[in-house]
Amino acid sequence: MNEKELRALVERMVAELAGQAPTPQVKGSDYHPMEPEGPTDSSACLEDIAAIDLREQYLVENPTNAPAFLALKKKTPARLGVGRAGARYKTITMLRMRADHAAAQDSVFSQVPETFISQHGYVFAQTLCQEKDEYLTRPDRGRRFDEQNQALIQRTFGTSPQVALVVGDGLSSAAIEANAADCMEAIQAGLKGYGIEPGPVLFVKYCRVGASDHIGELTGAQVVCMLVGERPGLVTAESMSAYLTYQPYLGIPESKRTVISNIHRQGTTAVEAGAHIADLIKTMLEKKASGIDLR
Amino acid sequence: MQEALLSVGIDIGTTTTQLVISRLTLENRANPFSVPQISIAQREVLYRSGIHFTPLRSDTAIHAEGVREIVEEEYRRSGFQKGQIDTGAVIITGETARKENAKEVLNALSAYAGDFVVATAGPDLESILAARGAGADRCAREKHAAVLHFDIGGGTSNLAYFTPEGELAATGCLDVGGRLIKIADRQITYVSKALHRLADAGGPPPPGLGQTASPDLLSPVIDALVQALEQAAGLRPGRDRLDALITAGTKWTPPPGPLICSFSGGVADCMGAAPADPFLYGDLGVLLGQAIRAGFQGVDTRLGDETIRATVVGAGSHATDLSGATVFYRGISFPLKNLPVLKLTQAEEAGDAAQLAGAISSKLCWFAGGDGLTQLALALRGIHNPTYHRVQEVAQGVRQGLQPLLEAGFFPVLVLESDMAKVLGQALAPQIPGPLLCLDGIHLDSGDYLDVGAPVANGAVVPVVMKTLVFHS
Repeated sequence: MNEKELRALVERMVAELAGQAPTPQVKGSDYHPMEPEGPTDSSACLEDIAAIDLREQYLVENPTNAPAFLALKKKTPARLGVGRAGARYKTITMLRMRADHAAAQDSVFSQVPETFISQHGYVFAQTLCQEKDEYLTRPDRGRRFDEQNQALIQRTFGTSPQVALVVGDGLSSAAIEANAADCMEAIQAGLKGYGIEPGPVLFVKYCRVGASDHIGELTGAQVVCMLVGERPGLVTAESMSAYLTYQPYLGIPESKRTVISNIHRQGTTAVEAGAHIADLIKTMLEKKASGIDLR
Repeated sequence: MQEALLSVGIDIGTTTTQLVISRLTLENRANPFSVPQISIAQREVLYRSGIHFTPLRSDTAIHAEGVREIVEEEYRRSGFQKGQIDTGAVIITGETARKENAKEVLNALSAYAGDFVVATAGPDLESILAARGAGADRCAREKHAAVLHFDIGGGTSNLAYFTPEGELAATGCLDVGGRLIKIADRQITYVSKALHRLADAGGPPPPGLGQTASPDLLSPVIDALVQALEQAAGLRPGRDRLDALITAGTKWTPPPGPLICSFSGGVADCMGAAPADPFLYGDLGVLLGQAIRAGFQGVDTRLGDETIRATVVGAGSHATDLSGATVFYRGISFPLKNLPVLKLTQAEEAGDAAQLAGAISSKLCWFAGGDGLTQLALALRGIHNPTYHRVQEVAQGVRQGLQPLLEAGFFPVLVLESDMAKVLGQALAPQIPGPLLCLDGIHLDSGDYLDVGAPVANGAVVPVVMKTLVFHS
C-alpha cells in the first residue's frame, strides 16, 4: 500500500466515523453542578497535600512490587511511581505540582521579614536594587551598594577583618527563614572554637552572590562567607547555599569561590553545614585560598 | 578524590585458619558543591591465603605462636609488607572463641596486624561477617527479598537474616556442622556432644565410636541436622530439632514470610556435584552438603559468592566501615579499641540538658567496674535537622553527664546516628579541655563495642569497626 492509498483509507475511515457519530451539541442549560455526596461539614478542612512526603507516596494501582519501588523512591525526590489517569497525572499529582510551583514562586517574590533580621541582631543593608522586579531583571545592581550602604558595611566590619559573615536573601526568602539563623549560629560558635572572631552578621536585601566581592573590596576581609537563598525548584523552596571567597575583590573569577549547596531539611542540615563552613573558613585562612585553588 | 585502605582479615576457626588481604577504595560520592559524603566504593580481595589447619594446644586453646608463623608466612607470600596494612580484623570463631585465646593471639600477632586491626570473638560477629563475605546482604538489596544466610562450618552453622532492604535483622547459631562426626579409614573416630544432645531430645541416636561409617548408617543423623536448618528457616513446622541443636546461650526465632536461603562455609562447597568418596574429607561434610541440596524444597536457594572463605573475606573486606564525613576530633591518639557503648533510650535523649545529664550519669555507674570507670563511647540517636539551640542543650547535658568520666581522666567519645557530630563537637569543644571525639552515621546499641582508626580521606572520615553483640543481649 503506497502513501496515497493509505491516506485515502484514513480519510474514508474518518469520514465514516464522523458520519456515524455526530458531535453532540452542548447547551449551557445541560450543565449541572455536581451534587455533593452525603452531608458536608462546614468546619472540615482539606488535607494539606503539600505535607505529604513524596518519597513515601506511591500511586500506581495493582503494582507488581510496591515495597521495592518505595525503597527506590527513598533515594530520589523525583515524582516517580505516580500512576496515571488516562494519559494524564492523577489529580493529587497535578495539584501537588502546582502547589510546589506556587511555593517556589512565592519564595522568590516574598521578602524576608524585618523582624527576622532584628530578632537575630543582623545589620541591615541593601544593594542598589529598590524593588523585587528590579532585583530580578538587573543582576548587576544586586551586586553593588550605594555610598550610604558602603559606609555602613565599612562601619560594621571595620578594616581587614578575618571573616565577614553575610546573609543575603537571594532568590528564596523561605530558604533564609528556614536555615540561616541556625546555620549562622553554628558557624559563629565553630569559629570561636577555632579562635577566630566571627564579628557581626550583615543582612543584605536584594542580594546576589557577587555582592561578596564589593563587601571584600570595601573591607579587605580575608574571607567573605555569604549564606544566600537558592533559586527554588519543585523539590524544595527552602534550599540555601553558602558561598565562601578568600580575599574577594570586584571582578574576581567565579572559580575562586567555594560553594556548599543544598543546605535544607532534606539535604545537609543547617547546623551541620554551619559546622562544616566554620571548618572551611579556618582552612581557607590557613591555606590563603578558596575555590579551585583550595586543595 | 580516590583513596584506598589495605585491610587484612584473619579467621582463626576451630578447624582452619585463613587470611585475606583486601583493598577498600574510598570515594566521595557527593557532588563537588556539597558537604562530602565519603563511602567505601569497592571492596576487592587482593590475596587469599591457603587454608591451614588451626594449630591447637588443646581442644579449645589456640597455639598462638603457631598462628603467628602461619600469618608471617602468608604475609611473605602475599608480597605485602605488614606496615602497609591500614585496618582489618582478626576473628576467632567456633569453639575456640574465648577471651583468653583472643588476647594471646592478638599479642602474638601485634607486630603483624597493623595499627588498627582488631581481635574479636563470638558467633554474632562471625555470622555477620560470613554473610557479608558471601554477599547475602547485597543479594537481599538487589532482589529486594529477605535473605537468610547459613554459614555452615565444621562445628557450627552461623545464621544471619537480612530484610529486603539489606538490613541485618537477626543472627543465630546452631551446632550443625560437617565435623560433628569425624571419620578415619571408614571408622568413626569422633562424635560431637551436640549429637548426644540431639539424641536426648528425641533425635536419632548417634553412631558409636569405631563403627564403620556408611551413608546409610549416618543418614538419620544427617536428616535431623537438615531438619534443624529447615526449621530455623521456617520451612518445616515445629522447632524440636532446632531447639535440640541451638548453640547454648543463643536464641533464634524463624523469620516470618518468604525468603531466599543462602549458603557458605565448607559444607556449602559440598552442595555441588558429589565426589565419588562421601568421606573424602573424613567427616560428614559431603553427605550433609548433598542432603541440604536435596532438602530446602519450595524455597529459592543461592550459593554464596564465597563459600569456605566467606568469614575471612568478611573479616578482611566488610569489618571496616566509615563514619559520616562531618566529624569532630581533637587531641585523640588513634586507634581507639574496644570502647564499650553506653546508649540512652529515646525518651532519655529527648529531655532537657539537666535530664540528659541525669540519665547519662546514672547509666555511667553500669560501666564502673572494680577499677572504677573505663573509657567508653556514648551513643545517641541525635535529632534530624536540629536547631542550634537544641545542639547547645545536648552539648550542655552531655558535658554535665560525663563529668564523672572526665574526672576519672577519660575523654568524651560521642557516636551519633543523625548527621550532627561536627556541630555538636564544635559546641562541646570550648567547654571541655583536652581530647574530644564526635562521630556520626553510626548505629550502635548498648552492649556493642567500637574501634576507631586514624582519620583518612584528608582527615574527613574515620574508619570504624562496630562489634555488635546486640542480638543476644
